[in-house]
Amino acid sequence: MESRNTRIALSVWVAVVLAFLYIPILLICLYAFNRSNVESWPIPGLTTKWFSPAIHDPDMQQALWLSLKAGALSTAVALVLGSAAAFGVHRFRFFGREAVSFLLVLPIALPGIITGMALNSYFTFWKINFGLWTIVIGHATFCVVVVYNNVIARLRRVPGSLTEASMDLGADGWQTFRHVTFPTISTALISGGLLAFALSFDEVIVTTFTAGAQNTLPIWIFGQIRLGQSLPQVNVVVFLILAVTIVPVALAQRLTRESGILRTEE
Amino acid sequence: MAERLDRAQGLGGNRAGARRRLGGALWRRPRLKGASLLSPPVLAFVLVYVAALVALFVSSLWTVDSFTGLTIHSWTLDNFRELWHGAAYHTVAVRTILIAAAVTVTDAIIAFPFAYFMARLAGPRLRAVLFVLVLLPLWASYLARVYAWQLILNSDGLLNWSLGKLGLPAANLAYTNTAMWIVFSYIWLPFMILPVYAALERIPHSYIEASRDLGAKSGRTLRSVILPLALPGIVAGSIFTFSLTLGDYITPVLVGGTSSQFIGNVVYDSVNGAGNLPFGAAFAVVPVLVMGAYLLVARRLGAFEAL
Repeated sequence: MESRNTRIALSVWVAVVLAFLYIPILLICLYAFNRSNVESWPIPGLTTKWFSPAIHDPDMQQALWLSLKAGALSTAVALVLGSAAAFGVHRFRFFGREAVSFLLVLPIALPGIITGMALNSYFTFWKINFGLWTIVIGHATFCVVVVYNNVIARLRRVPGSLTEASMDLGADGWQTFRHVTFPTISTALISGGLLAFALSFDEVIVTTFTAGAQNTLPIWIFGQIRLGQSLPQVNVVVFLILAVTIVPVALAQRLTRESGILRTEE
Repeated sequence: MAERLDRAQGLGGNRAGARRRLGGALWRRPRLKGASLLSPPVLAFVLVYVAALVALFVSSLWTVDSFTGLTIHSWTLDNFRELWHGAAYHTVAVRTILIAAAVTVTDAIIAFPFAYFMARLAGPRLRAVLFVLVLLPLWASYLARVYAWQLILNSDGLLNWSLGKLGLPAANLAYTNTAMWIVFSYIWLPFMILPVYAALERIPHSYIEASRDLGAKSGRTLRSVILPLALPGIVAGSIFTFSLTLGDYITPVLVGGTSSQFIGNVVYDSVNGAGNLPFGAAFAVVPVLVMGAYLLVARRLGAFEAL
């Protein structure tokens, strides 16, 4: 085993890295309660006075609404396409099986501006007006792989003998799916869906190329930070987003013990 | 036999029978079932994503009439010629690639000991806790985290306050390339830790014991057994850290300075500012080529199995 000194050094390293990961997040939460409207450290005191104007900002509300719609629609598309692809790739060995996995991971493996720029050129080519549906198409391309990874990781863990047993007992294809396959993958679907939604809800780079004149919530935040406008309200919105996204992600983690984007099955 | 069973079920003539026949037909022809499952997602990806990539290449060969601002649909390499001869574009491309490489190396160095602790020293409970603690920032709002660093690095932010308390001179990191390097390393770190952890966790303990039994000291075991087996994980993580940095333009805007433009900034400006989509498309081809080369190397190093 590792020597005592190595163990101590590694423990210290882990603590330092965790501090590095969490100090900025805790700091931004603290700034939401900053009494001053100047964003400097240390903050002079705590207040909740910025919450009301932040929540009632009409531009913010509009952007939030668009983000929720885009997130829900692209999650729905990702669930259908991602699970279909996972079943197809899992069940059937065929030439080009690897190519399918590669194709699906491409929108995440390629830099964001490429996906954004490619879709922008494509929509412009077809003279499609930028709006909700172009945002949904952009988001769905990189959300599919999240659902796919979750579902395929689960399918690999479920023995094929379960399906065969069900068929041997006289169930037809639909009954087998309804009573055997679906219950075994349902939590993977929920988890994949939650993560796909979180990914869509947070995306900026591709969205700036496919949203046209509309603002999703991240684009609204980006605009405010860049121009340094109404930062106290931005602090509150950012804090609320952090608080709200932690819930689905923690839930998804409990359901599957998967990381979502990366395959780390144990 | 199957045919006869099928017919017997069909005698019922009800809807369940029809469903059963269809199910049976698909069960007996797995290729048909596979094709019907795979064709919607594959078609959607080919028709939207692959076609969009083709559109990107095609429009990079067009130009914009400087008087009318309309796109001229004739084939020309003018955009690439302009990129090739423009010293400013070289600087931007080299800066982007160098910072992406620096971020990747930094994250690998930070992640390896952390992942090693998770995989080899932590008990199952602590390991699960650490896994979640690494995962949460990955899903926490990207903008929130970049913005947090803007607040930390500002001249009157947490960093300079802490330095002052320690009696050290203030660091003016805000709006510099160094700031971008720190922030990118921070943002993409979980993407490196998780695959390295997964790779380390898969190394059977007997390999390490065997190495010790053969007389290797821990340094030698690390170099000759653990590192080579962890390499696919490191390369898999590096695909994300490198690619995500390469394709970003938000962080340069928020924490980089006026001379910190990335490829993404030029692409974004040529589309949304100058209205020169073909030129933006041409510059976006550069990261495609860089990533293409990178993915080829990564594939040879076995990173795709770890992805």
